[in-house]
Amino acid sequence: MIRKSILLATATFFMATAGSAYAASARDNISIVGSSTVYPFATVVAEQFGKTTSFKTPKIESTGSGGGFKLFCAGVGVEHPDITNASRAMKKSEYDKCQANGVKEIVEVKIGYDGIVVANSKKASPLKLTRKDIFLALAKNVPDPSGAEKLVPNPYKTWKDVNNSLPAAKIEVLGPPPTSGTRDAFVELVMEEAAKGFPFIKAMDKNDFKAAAHTVREDGPYVEAGENDNLIVQKLNANPDALGIFGFSFLDQNTDTIQGSFVDGVQPTFEAIADGSYPVSRPLFFYVKKAHVGVIPGIQEYLTEFTSEKTWGEDGYLSEKGLIPMPDQERQQYQSDVKALKPLMMK
Amino acid sequence: MNNATANGLPPGRRAIDIVNAGLSKRYRRERRFRLYGISAILASLLFLSFLFGSIISKGYTAFQQTFIRLDIFFDPAILSQESLTTANYPGVVKQSLRQMFPEVTTRQDKRMLYGMVSNDAAFQVRKLVLDSPEMIGQTLPIWVAADDDIDMLMKGHFDLDVPESERRINDVQLAWVDRLQQENRVEKRFNRTFFTAGDSREPEQAGILGAVMGSFYTLLVTLLLSFPIGIASAVYLEEFAPKNRWTDLIEVNINNLAAVPSIVFGLLGLAVFLNFFGLPRSAPLVGGLVLTLMTLPTIIIASRASLQSVPPSIREAALGIGASKMQMVTHHVLPLALPGILTGTIIGMARALGESAPLLMIGMVAFIVDIPGGLTDSATVLPVQIFLWADSPERAFVERTSAATIVLLAFLIVMNATAVILRKKFERRW
Repeated sequence: MIRKSILLATATFFMATAGSAYAASARDNISIVGSSTVYPFATVVAEQFGKTTSFKTPKIESTGSGGGFKLFCAGVGVEHPDITNASRAMKKSEYDKCQANGVKEIVEVKIGYDGIVVANSKKASPLKLTRKDIFLALAKNVPDPSGAEKLVPNPYKTWKDVNNSLPAAKIEVLGPPPTSGTRDAFVELVMEEAAKGFPFIKAMDKNDFKAAAHTVREDGPYVEAGENDNLIVQKLNANPDALGIFGFSFLDQNTDTIQGSFVDGVQPTFEAIADGSYPVSRPLFFYVKKAHVGVIPGIQEYLTEFTSEKTWGEDGYLSEKGLIPMPDQERQQYQSDVKALKPLMMK
Repeated sequence: MNNATANGLPPGRRAIDIVNAGLSKRYRRERRFRLYGISAILASLLFLSFLFGSIISKGYTAFQQTFIRLDIFFDPAILSQESLTTANYPGVVKQSLRQMFPEVTTRQDKRMLYGMVSNDAAFQVRKLVLDSPEMIGQTLPIWVAADDDIDMLMKGHFDLDVPESERRINDVQLAWVDRLQQENRVEKRFNRTFFTAGDSREPEQAGILGAVMGSFYTLLVTLLLSFPIGIASAVYLEEFAPKNRWTDLIEVNINNLAAVPSIVFGLLGLAVFLNFFGLPRSAPLVGGLVLTLMTLPTIIIASRASLQSVPPSIREAALGIGASKMQMVTHHVLPLALPGILTGTIIGMARALGESAPLLMIGMVAFIVDIPGGLTDSATVLPVQIFLWADSPERAFVERTSAATIVLLAFLIVMNATAVILRKKFERRW
């Protein structure tokens, strides 16, 4: 009796497996992977898309930009994702890998901008920083304070040491770990730019420059707080002297408790990031596999939903979630490129 | 007297005197020993009640949701017959809000006003109109879900004593809510959405049904595979296999597998099931296969222990009256060992239900709105849903995270209680 039921169960299972293996050859929902920064925006669009059309809601995995490209470029076919989100542009090496695996035509869609903010609790007053201040406070090696043209281990303990006009509070910055796309962008947009302001660092050869500009100090003032921005916000509330580094959308959600610091005289507001006067902002993208359009149902319609004014426009629902829209002209440009599925060319 | 001398004790001092002298000390030790035990139990109960207390006190409010009554005018100008599926339903909701608060004129205030109700309201209206188009032209009272910020306010999660700039709800919105309350337009009801919807980015529309169904399909696959395979291996190893170096090696390996961190099984699943066999990502089928690998050792070990506890006399009696070895196993040993095997299986299943790490590698940590309807549909599971919500910035997800944890704990308690009852009911002692 028991043996029979075991046999029956096994048989049923294998039939189910065979049946579903057949079903898997025709996937009917869009599969999206990629950046955790784009995830909160993409999920909102996906949900709207699922509700307002007859297509299934796309599935979105948050794998990070690099992990997303790896999955995306693995090949063409239903078992590979159709779209990958990225908080940076595709690299040449990733493009080559895509080509080598048969992913020939890729459509690049820029969706808008995300500002990176340096914020603190509203219990303290907002800081007026420059990128040079941030570099001097956070780099592992900084130019000798005595004026000699060499790098010394970072001696600064308080913001006042860095710049006399700043308060005498201890330097304590909570930020993302090196695996994060936010960290990459922060290093590139703030640290590197500031390092270029020192002629002797700028004159270094490429590798030395990178080492000087990209290395963040490890002696305590910079605290790697993990990828959970919620946690950073809570810690800022508990410690008014601390600063935190994260995406603008998080500042936007928590304006009741935290405030963005001025960077080079500009406060990170929606308008300042949109018109480009706030210096620390980066574009966000997603990439579409052209070979899947028309094979997986709904990709074309998802693209239309994403690139419509009510989604990514000035008053679109993505702007309510903290995405900074592109200027009108750029938006129209991408909209028509997406309509024509213009493939990305990288030489 | 004689035996005192025989024991070598000084005269006049009996053995019982020595015992009596040390007796109170022994009693004290005994009491201390018991006290250690009791305090250990009390400590663990304390931690447990702390855990349950904090989860339940944070989570119980999520089972209620604030609703607002709107007088919706199904405006024939907006809802023209030919395009009912794509009509401007948000416009209908906005219009009724504007009519209720005619004094709101500036653009910013209007946006705040529209933000008071969930954007699901428009879909609710759409469904009503599509179901019964004869409503068009009438004005009807409709209860719609409030936005998550209003919901948090009604549940008292916002401290209203802090200055206006430091809260999510400003004074204007507070005044609106007060007015709605005076008109009896605000009500807290049981949150059905939480049990009937899939995931959503809007807390008031998010539910756990998708994750529960995903867990169900995943566990179904796990059970169908690991139960027969586990019993078959246990029976063979215990009843048929010769005792030699090879079976020893197998035994050591099974015991080892039971202690391997679960993420390793996820990596294995990624390499074998996804990359080699090309099974779909994020599917409960693959999740079930991976969890099968993880629960198999538990089931095999429990089944073997249970088979061992069947006395050899039963086997010998069966063989003695001419039963074949297979008949001995299927007619006598297995039925007697089954309660123990079932207990082991249920405990293995309970562990699989609470597992999230191996599923990370095979793409089950994903935003999935649609409720899975089969083994190869994209799905996520309960612990993963809890993890995803815990990471969301919206404050209303805090209580939903705890509420989902309560549901998960309820499932675990039911499963473990079943295991205990089965054991109590069918257990035989020899």
